[in-house]
Amino acid sequence: MAYEAVIGLEVHVQLKTKTKSFCGCVNEFGLKENTNICPVCLGLPGSLPVLNQKAYKMSMKAGLALGCIPRQCVKFDRKNYFYPDLPKNFQISQYDMPFAENGSLDISVNGRNKKIRIKRVHLEEDAGKLIHPFGESYSLVDFNRAGTPLLEIVSEPDMHSPEDAYQYLTDLKLILQYLDVSDCDMEKGSLRCDANISLRPEGQATLGTKAELKNMNSFKAVKAALAYEIMRQGKILGNKEHIAQETRLWDEKKEETFTMRSKEEAHDYRYFPEPDLPLFVFSDAEVEEIRKTIPELPKDRLRRFVSTLQVSEKDAVVLISIKELADLFEACLDLYNEPKKIANWLIGPVLSHARPSFPVTPESLTKVISLVEDGAVSNLAGKSILAEMVETGKSPQDIMREKNLAQVSDPDELKLVIDQVIANNKKSVADYLAGKDNALMFLVGQVMRLSSGKANPKAAKDMMTERLKKC
Amino acid sequence: MKLNFLTAHELQGLLKAKKIDPAQIIADIEERCRIVEPKIKAFARAPFFKNVSFAPRHQGELSGIPAVIKDNICSDGDLTECSSRILEGFRPPYDATVVEKLKASGSFIIAKANMDEFAFGSSCETSCFYPTRNPWNTDHVPGGSSGGSAASVAADEAIFSLGSDTGGSIRQPAALCGIVGLKPTYGRVSRYGLIAFASSLDQIGPLTKDVRDSALLLKVIAGHDEKDATSVDIPVPDYPALLGKDVKGMRVAIPREYFVEGMDHEVRQALSEAKNKLGSLGVTFGEVSLPHTEYAVAAYYIIATAEASSNLARFDGVQYGLRNSEKTNTAQPPLIAMYKETRGKGFGAEAKRRIILGTYVLSSGYYDAYYLRASKVRALIKDDFDKVFKEFDLILTPTSPTAAFKLGEKTNDPLNMYLSDIYTISANLAGLPAISLPCGLTKKGLPIGMQILGKPFEEEDIFRLAYQYEQNTVWHKAKPKGL
Repeated sequence: MAYEAVIGLEVHVQLKTKTKSFCGCVNEFGLKENTNICPVCLGLPGSLPVLNQKAYKMSMKAGLALGCIPRQCVKFDRKNYFYPDLPKNFQISQYDMPFAENGSLDISVNGRNKKIRIKRVHLEEDAGKLIHPFGESYSLVDFNRAGTPLLEIVSEPDMHSPEDAYQYLTDLKLILQYLDVSDCDMEKGSLRCDANISLRPEGQATLGTKAELKNMNSFKAVKAALAYEIMRQGKILGNKEHIAQETRLWDEKKEETFTMRSKEEAHDYRYFPEPDLPLFVFSDAEVEEIRKTIPELPKDRLRRFVSTLQVSEKDAVVLISIKELADLFEACLDLYNEPKKIANWLIGPVLSHARPSFPVTPESLTKVISLVEDGAVSNLAGKSILAEMVETGKSPQDIMREKNLAQVSDPDELKLVIDQVIANNKKSVADYLAGKDNALMFLVGQVMRLSSGKANPKAAKDMMTERLKKC
Repeated sequence: MKLNFLTAHELQGLLKAKKIDPAQIIADIEERCRIVEPKIKAFARAPFFKNVSFAPRHQGELSGIPAVIKDNICSDGDLTECSSRILEGFRPPYDATVVEKLKASGSFIIAKANMDEFAFGSSCETSCFYPTRNPWNTDHVPGGSSGGSAASVAADEAIFSLGSDTGGSIRQPAALCGIVGLKPTYGRVSRYGLIAFASSLDQIGPLTKDVRDSALLLKVIAGHDEKDATSVDIPVPDYPALLGKDVKGMRVAIPREYFVEGMDHEVRQALSEAKNKLGSLGVTFGEVSLPHTEYAVAAYYIIATAEASSNLARFDGVQYGLRNSEKTNTAQPPLIAMYKETRGKGFGAEAKRRIILGTYVLSSGYYDAYYLRASKVRALIKDDFDKVFKEFDLILTPTSPTAAFKLGEKTNDPLNMYLSDIYTISANLAGLPAISLPCGLTKKGLPIGMQILGKPFEEEDIFRLAYQYEQNTVWHKAKPKGL
């Protein structure tokens, strides 16, 4: 029997606020253990949470950008469970009145468009981190991360293949990066993804028993874990056995999932309204104010690049896939209106220098391009200027001068070189005169070599042709 | 007269006139404590008289006047243990906002008052240290949970104290100890630094020897605090300045449901006399109904225990307080064993009872039947009050159905103990301000209190009536004998 996979994703992203969700500690990582803490994020007795206004606005912004209906009245709830990295032994989260609900994301997989509904977008606080010193019988807790803001985005089970999930994650990540609410770096843990997956016989409407998958550390891992799970569940169903409802962990090394806890062991989180935080009421005006802060989203930008800037679809897809790259593209266009040429430079040499940001200014980059286009330097020299610029931050003109990369178009200077080439390559000259056109390219090449690449190739070729006529 | 017997406003006058020195106040209190504290046990641990700097850095309303605060209010570097073993050795690294405000007004803390463990109780008997006794008769309880706060003031071991009130924990002990206790409107006083029992009900308030001190103290501790999202940004009136206003024509409601069969006849008698007295001052009375009163205790014990079960989850032995990691049950993972051992040893019986109750009512499948329904009842109770306050300025009720009961009398009957809060918990559910002030003595010489409830954020009306009553009666002058 053929089965259809049904997949829903829960994505957590760390919000890029200056401070933590409910206290004044900075929202920063990589600090020495337990130095970025205060009574509130440690959950010390008597301390109280106060909601970070920036986190509140970012949450609503993300909800609106994902096409959700904003809630006018937003509530926080306590999710109760015991774990040593959770200072209060409850997490401030949102249960039934999140920031926004019922949105969607349109994705395209193998040329087919699909609408993935988004169930809800809510804000919650992150926990601390457990550290297990090697070979010791104790664990340590680092609370620096405790209380940092997490946005949870829950999809409906509208995905049916690992590829769907991969594309949804890719598009979602890009939108969140465009919104500037999160770095969405899965390796650094600023984006985390859990997946719910079940199988059902094709054509059946009711859902099968699902497994929740955790511990995937990259989009690729999500894809692999889902593929594994489809195989595993398919085998069980094929044997007419029952799937157990459970939480499973992905083992990156073994490339398989294994049971973490069964349904019976699942927590009863005893959600109830967080009494320390009042209900937050959004006025229509406030929602509209936040809506105004939503920038042009990736899909709209792609459309505009193709339709009004005449960028090829293929190039535009690459340009918009990194917000900084697309921003750089537009900034360059303002200075130098050659979309195709700028796109080529950005997608080629500039992208290869990205690490991960783009260490060039629109001014310096367009200068390099115009130097090449105006024939002041060769294409090759242009690229080495770019590399040098990235390395040292010097201006293109300075690099050109220091490295003596200026292209030689001056007839007098070129004449000297050409004369020497003709003197040194009698055979080739004779070949050319005998009708072998290929010899011309060889001679021009010798001009380039002798001038250390600085000769303007076009001028060199023209002058060489003229000069050979006189031989 | 020894200075420890005076009120804050009386001391304020003497200090301003330079007739006394702050050191004399401390000396008199210290001497008093030496004599009476062994009998009363009002403090959670020995007061600190030695290192007190009674030359305050700040000059304000309370310059030079010492404060006693309940053991659940954090003060920087001082043991703050909620009279619970589980917080053994806990010294908060910060001051509660009320403590900051006290210090800014020139006051300073000399002691932490004993209390029912985590404020779970109405008799001060659930303290992990020892029960506090009623200064009027040491066989009797002082009430609770702010029993130590009330007893220290009643026994003149303190000038004033701060307590917390979740279901009557300031007003009931104030009534049982013959002093004035105020629970402000929810949101009037910052809860930052108050170790939470039930966050949506808790409120810090003063326990004082008279109404003027209560007004003075509220003026000092009230106000919006950006560290408490539930505190409300409404200007704080100059309460003491508004005390003298006439009460003629004030409309006071008497709720039928609060004067029922089975209520102590001496309490009923005292209330009736108080009503006559107020009537003679020009107050008009009307009988009203608060129809959902009978559900208040049930709703309260669901909401309060639910919140408590979550608030107390943080006491797990990981960061502070007691940690018991000796594994008695080796079949368990060490972490689970630590949780169980720590919480098993750290919490007393009443705390455990409430954690279990609260956990139960929030459990999947029971939430709607308990917590959600209780929340709806809570809204109905609030509506009842809103309706009454459309026609009346204030509500007058007894504070407690009986005067102080004996130690041990109710410890094995939790339900009966819970019912001693029957008149006070509605104010917490509805978030209303309410005061208890003395209005009589039983034949056995135990104080009786009456309660005045007011509209939200209109404490000045409560003070106004309470002050006029006090000025025209002698009850606040009565002192316990034989200490």
